[in-house]
Amino acid sequence: MATSMKKADAVIVGFGWAGAIMAKELTEAGLNVVALERGPMQDTYPEGSYPQVIDELTYNIRRKLFQDISKETVTIRHGVNDVALPNRQLGAFLPGNGVGGAGVHWSGVHFRVDPVELRMRSHYEERYGKKFIPEGMTIQDFGVTYEELEPYFDFAEKVFGTSGTAWTINGKNVGEGKGGNPFAPDRSTDFPLVAQKNTISAQLFQKAATEVGYHPYNLPSANTSGPYTNPYGAQMGPCNFCGFCSGYVCYMYSKASPNLNILPALKQEPKFELRTNAYVLRVNLDSDKRRATGVTYVDAQGQEIEQPADLVILSAFQFHNVRLMLLSGIGKPYDPKTGEGVVGKNFAYQNMATIKAYFDKDAHHTNPFIGAGGNGVAVDDFNADNFDHGPHGFVGGSPFWVNQAGTRPIAGINNPPGTPEWGSQWKAAAADYYTHQLSMDAHGAHQSYRDNYLDLDPTYKDAYGQPLLRMTFDWKENDLRMTQFMVEKMKKIAEAMNPKALKVSVKGAGSHFNTASYQTTHLNGGAIMGTDPKTSAVNKYLQSWDVPNVFVPGASAFPQGLGYNPTGLVAALTYWSARAIREQYLKNPGPLVQA
Amino acid sequence: MKTFFSALALGLFALPAMAREVNDADLVSKGEYLSRAGDCVACHTAKGGKPFAGGLPMETPIGIIYSTNITPDKETGIGSYSYEDFDKAVRHGVAKSGSTLYPAMPYPSYASVTETDMRALYAYFMQGVEPVPQANLDSEIPWPLSMRWPLAIWRTLFAPKVADFQPTPGQDPIITRGAYLVEGLGHCGACHTPRAITMQEKALSPADGDEFLAGSAPLEGWIAKNLRGDHKDGLGSWSEEQLVQFFKTGRTPNTAVFGGMTDVVEHSLQYMTDADLIAMARYLKSLPAKDPNDKPFQADVRIAEALWKGDDSARGAAIYVDNCAACHRTDGQGYERVFPALAGNPVLQTDDPTSLIHIVLSGGTLPGLNHAPSTIVMPPFGWRLTDEQVADVISFIRTSWGNQGTPVAAKAVAKLRNNGNRTTSGTDIGWVSGSAEAAAATHH
Repeated sequence: MATSMKKADAVIVGFGWAGAIMAKELTEAGLNVVALERGPMQDTYPEGSYPQVIDELTYNIRRKLFQDISKETVTIRHGVNDVALPNRQLGAFLPGNGVGGAGVHWSGVHFRVDPVELRMRSHYEERYGKKFIPEGMTIQDFGVTYEELEPYFDFAEKVFGTSGTAWTINGKNVGEGKGGNPFAPDRSTDFPLVAQKNTISAQLFQKAATEVGYHPYNLPSANTSGPYTNPYGAQMGPCNFCGFCSGYVCYMYSKASPNLNILPALKQEPKFELRTNAYVLRVNLDSDKRRATGVTYVDAQGQEIEQPADLVILSAFQFHNVRLMLLSGIGKPYDPKTGEGVVGKNFAYQNMATIKAYFDKDAHHTNPFIGAGGNGVAVDDFNADNFDHGPHGFVGGSPFWVNQAGTRPIAGINNPPGTPEWGSQWKAAAADYYTHQLSMDAHGAHQSYRDNYLDLDPTYKDAYGQPLLRMTFDWKENDLRMTQFMVEKMKKIAEAMNPKALKVSVKGAGSHFNTASYQTTHLNGGAIMGTDPKTSAVNKYLQSWDVPNVFVPGASAFPQGLGYNPTGLVAALTYWSARAIREQYLKNPGPLVQA
Repeated sequence: MKTFFSALALGLFALPAMAREVNDADLVSKGEYLSRAGDCVACHTAKGGKPFAGGLPMETPIGIIYSTNITPDKETGIGSYSYEDFDKAVRHGVAKSGSTLYPAMPYPSYASVTETDMRALYAYFMQGVEPVPQANLDSEIPWPLSMRWPLAIWRTLFAPKVADFQPTPGQDPIITRGAYLVEGLGHCGACHTPRAITMQEKALSPADGDEFLAGSAPLEGWIAKNLRGDHKDGLGSWSEEQLVQFFKTGRTPNTAVFGGMTDVVEHSLQYMTDADLIAMARYLKSLPAKDPNDKPFQADVRIAEALWKGDDSARGAAIYVDNCAACHRTDGQGYERVFPALAGNPVLQTDDPTSLIHIVLSGGTLPGLNHAPSTIVMPPFGWRLTDEQVADVISFIRTSWGNQGTPVAAKAVAKLRNNGNRTTSGTDIGWVSGSAEAAAATHH
């Protein structure tokens, strides 16, 4: 029998960006908020203590900040007729753990969204006709517009302390010739901080991209270009390009995180309580499954605890949100055979390709040991629908960039193609090329398909006896054609740099999803937002269609993967959802959109 | 009509009682504010203990004493104190039992608190504080030093006459208010004024001479700095505005609170009104330098230029670059409001380097406060650097960029590292030696 805690106004499951934003917004609205985080407390000190944190073996190689998959993992299979097996070693993606979640270990690339990508299906149908979208591709509109979200993008950037260069502010061009992005949507105010300085590698990319006729711009980065105090009074230090960003706690207080940018203000708030090592098993529903009564979790001592609440926020990592909905019976599970049901539908990812360029040992000291996770120079000429897809016959776009995040000693030594993998020639090449190379990526949007989805595994269970989540996922022809197109366009930039050698990493025809090779942790969908309860799990305010006192912020709401990194849109959507809760839901609890 | 009249009558009768309650509530709330100004909670609360229930150990030259329970509990606290008993203890230094208090209780400073304020404080401690039954702890002072009668003699000799604070005629009333708070309830001199061999503060006000607030000898492993107008080690380079920011948020563009002062900001100063903080700042800024030859800081760019060129041959320079420069920068300027400047920082230029050694060994935590929620931590380096390395790097920062400090010897570091100093605030130095015995010895 579970111990029952005092009822809260709101319980928040998962304390990453979405959870922290919701906690701040809801305590501001006067609610008593309990946040449950399955992992431990972690913060700049002591987890990010200098110099102990400068430790690649502990943090990146041994996965210090990531999910403990000995307790819970996912099973993975390529197709509906395959048998899924548990993912027993983190590889392709790295879900976070502990206070701050993935917001602690992320890099800090902080984009908004291309407005076209919010209305993906409508836009493609309008411009290219219905038949252009291939059979089995299930892309949808988000049901919310860029104009609606703009104030929330704007505020989130101020909270994160984002560095960047605007293109237009209220229609006025301020960024031409200064590193602004001509494809960026209009903004209401400038970035809170000027863009970071650019590494030699990013400067080379900028020059070469201009030479081939593209339009380079400064990456918007949630790594600070100087000291900063955000609207909550939370302070940041300046990024010093130490190169230990993605996978690490930032010791300079300069990479935005929930811990750094929001938690300090919440600690001053008596209406807020954060409980760590609280692993949520399920959302409890009343007998007719139309109302959540709270959640049940297991605490550090292994006891089952019930936390009653009027409002439940599922703000765990993308696939944990989906799993909790499936385990709790919130919404109808998706069935790929009939295409009916919504929970688990439209599981999508990212579609990366990489080119490395190697220079003569007398040319271009690129100092790859320095870097910042959100820093760099990019082009959007082939992102979203910034070019005519008509002749190419695929859906989706990709930004390209040099994003020098720091090349560390264990995983970072990279030699030109043809170099032996070990021995004296390997050593000689490493000595010659380590400081004379750069890497560029085509980040790549990824579309959703009828048979890429999430459900509960019929066989495997977690440490608490509950079914694991099963991923059914593989690359489709559209994705492979897109990434091959993109890498050819990006190669022009690399070739304009006059490298001694190039190494191109791109998925070939017939490639299958490889769980061992890291791509990104940008997993999307499964609890998607939309305008119709038949095709989406949550409405445009991220409110469950079926259980209206459950809200589900996160990339789980994306109907397909973006060309850009997802965190900026996750933050803006969460502020947008919180505003709807504050201004509409609390006054009149119930569905905010009538089905 | 009857009902109306009864209501009126009841209302009339209720009025005096209500007015008294309101007045009492005002008085209690004024007393609470004054108790913040006096920082009573800092000493009268043990780590993790109930507010004002006492039990905090305090190091004195003759042994450890424990603060007492000042909650209104009748058996173990001060619940049975009349106003006169309370006044006798706070301003005169005499307990209800008749014995003289240890001067760890700053009654020589409190002697100038006005009777009006004393009555508000009394109202607060009787009505606004939760009674906690918790017996007081005996001191660990061995006999014969534990006898209290010599304290009465000490009190007669050194405690000032109890009298309401008297403003200096013609003084700016804001400075007068600042003087009242700094010299009286704030008892700043208890730490910041040097003490004579007989342990009394050498000065209780500017009238007593230029030793007033001129900085202390090490106490619990920290130096309480000079608060006079000296640029080298005092407040000469601080503006009034910066002092107010420091009081309120523990931080300024160039510096951050550390050591014993952290508790003062956290428990006392951050709660005070802007008007009172401005008054205290303006008063402190009115104190002239102690050193007649004091000069403003002169920046010297040579060290920064050498480091930019990769020359780290100066003593301690390489250790500085490896351990400190990421935040404090090669030019010693730090970063605004997050990482303190070292160039021109008075803390680096005190004659006695105790505070600096302490920070390098055990780090420092700038706590999140009401008006500045971010906690910013300097990690400890004692586990990583030898005594020699600590001495080298401290010598480097004390003498670089124009700083007028003097070099430090390794034995000064060793002394601080090994003495197992117990502190009531910040991190006990005993922890950084890394030995379990030292840790156990400092944490009963």
